[in-house]
Amino acid sequence: MQAATFNPTQTSLVPRLLIGLAVALTLLIVVAPLVYIFARAFGEGWRVYAENLLNPATLHAVWLTTITALIVVPVNIAFGISAAWVVARFRFPGRSLLVTAIEIPFSISPIIAGICYLLLYGRQGLLGPWLADNDLQVMFALPGIVLVTMFVTAPFVAREVLPLMQAQGSDQEQAAVTLGASGWQVFRRVTLPNIKWALLYGAVLCTARAVGEFGGVSVVSGNIRGQTNTLPLHVELLFNDLNATGAFAAASVLTLLALVALVAKTVLEARKAR
Amino acid sequence: MHIEIDEIAKTFGTTAALHPVSLSLPSGALVALLGPSGSGKTTLLRILGGLEFPTSGRVLFDGQDATGLSVQERRAGFVFQSYALFRHMTVFDNIAYGLNARPRASRPNKVEVARRVTRLLDLIQLPDIGARYPSQLSGGQRQRVALARALAIEPRMLLLDEPFGALDAKVRKELRQGLRDIHDETGLTTVFVTHDQDEAMELADLVVVMSGSQSGGRIEQIGKPQDIRSKPASAFVREFIAA
Ligand SMILES: Nc1ncnc2c1ncn2[C@@H]1O[C@H](COP(=O)(O)OP(=O)(O)O)[C@@H](O)[C@H]1O
Ligand SMILES: [Mg+2]
Repeated sequence: MQAATFNPTQTSLVPRLLIGLAVALTLLIVVAPLVYIFARAFGEGWRVYAENLLNPATLHAVWLTTITALIVVPVNIAFGISAAWVVARFRFPGRSLLVTAIEIPFSISPIIAGICYLLLYGRQGLLGPWLADNDLQVMFALPGIVLVTMFVTAPFVAREVLPLMQAQGSDQEQAAVTLGASGWQVFRRVTLPNIKWALLYGAVLCTARAVGEFGGVSVVSGNIRGQTNTLPLHVELLFNDLNATGAFAAASVLTLLALVALVAKTVLEARKAR
Repeated sequence: MHIEIDEIAKTFGTTAALHPVSLSLPSGALVALLGPSGSGKTTLLRILGGLEFPTSGRVLFDGQDATGLSVQERRAGFVFQSYALFRHMTVFDNIAYGLNARPRASRPNKVEVARRVTRLLDLIQLPDIGARYPSQLSGGQRQRVALARALAIEPRMLLLDEPFGALDAKVRKELRQGLRDIHDETGLTTVFVTHDQDEAMELADLVVVMSGSQSGGRIEQIGKPQDIRSKPASAFVREFIAA
């Protein structure tokens, strides 16, 4: 079946105007800032750009952001699959509460999440004295950054995988069990391949968000230059230092990652739809 | 294998699915569980296969208590109403699944797996579809692939839930004979669920007529098709087979 389409050149003025407006706004709001980031980052030439990137504080920020993502994304995948599986396959009291709870991070401002963690794990916080007694540093250190990023990204995988698991039902898994498969074999050879594309899609969204998270992390990181600054925080810091070229160089790394994620997302979306 | 069902009852929460039922299925028989929707046929079949556990009662295989055996230990070839083919695997891999899932020590090698899958594809008279995916098959072909997949594990019995339910009338008739042939060739004790009395009467050696009620499904009559036709044991049976 062919979808009805207008040929704007043959129709009246209004559609043509609206299309023009949409294109203009997209260029202005989305494309122009992206181009500007790279223009400014390379504004003083390749050498300055490379120097800015190889600056130890910037490299440290890239490293910290990478480590955070490397911890957060796998945990998120494991959490997302387990949560979706439990909700899709079992009826238990509190099930709908769990579904709602998974979505909470989407409706709470990341800053609030950061403050909650601060109140819980900070020096004056609920668990603060116990953590201090045991020499555990959570706030203003990697654990705090990881925890807040996990909170903020928690729903991404679960909400992609859950509807698929629900739609597919458990017949294939039951069939595998009657054929003698163990629980692990069922998961590995039946459950996982069936949710593969949705899972990867969720993981890409999760990665993009984990890498770009600013608000929540800014509360718990303490902004210690070269120590607890993730890449987004570092961009802000350089900007406040009036080092615009440095800030744009660091921002260009984030932008590149975002563009890669966008391509991956588009490819996976097509796969998922099949 | 001889199957004995001894006073099996099943409730789901507050829903009674099976009133205690007892039934003896002789080895090698082709048995139909016949009854209206909600009479507990699927539940009884799933209990036999170990996918559901009875609230009370016992299941005996060749005289041995099998009530506590896990699904995997039952070795029942189960054909689901939806066929439940693995949609991301080829027909070949679907049929080979049970063999490849075996522990290494008892797993046949690649050549042997291929040989067995080929033989099963011949048995279901679809020798050329090994490379296709389930989405590329017709309903009748899917049903036969599900049957081959269940047979691949060398099951001790064959359990089929409404195996013809999703097919149109013409294909249904053809596949009835197909099931009869496969049953005769393998000699497996076979139980299939149906709500179609023609299907049950034409195909089965033994028909179990079930009825549903608030207190759970129960067995109205067990007998050869001609006996059920000539001597219905209750008003329910008389009306159901006349329908
Ligand atoms: N998993 C389940 N949870 C709750 N009730 C169930 C479940 N499976 C079956 N039942 C109930 O048990 C009764 C018998 O169902 P079933 O065995 O599917 O009947 P049939 O296959 O003869 O249509 C029905 O009342 C049905 O609603
Ligand atoms: Mg049923």
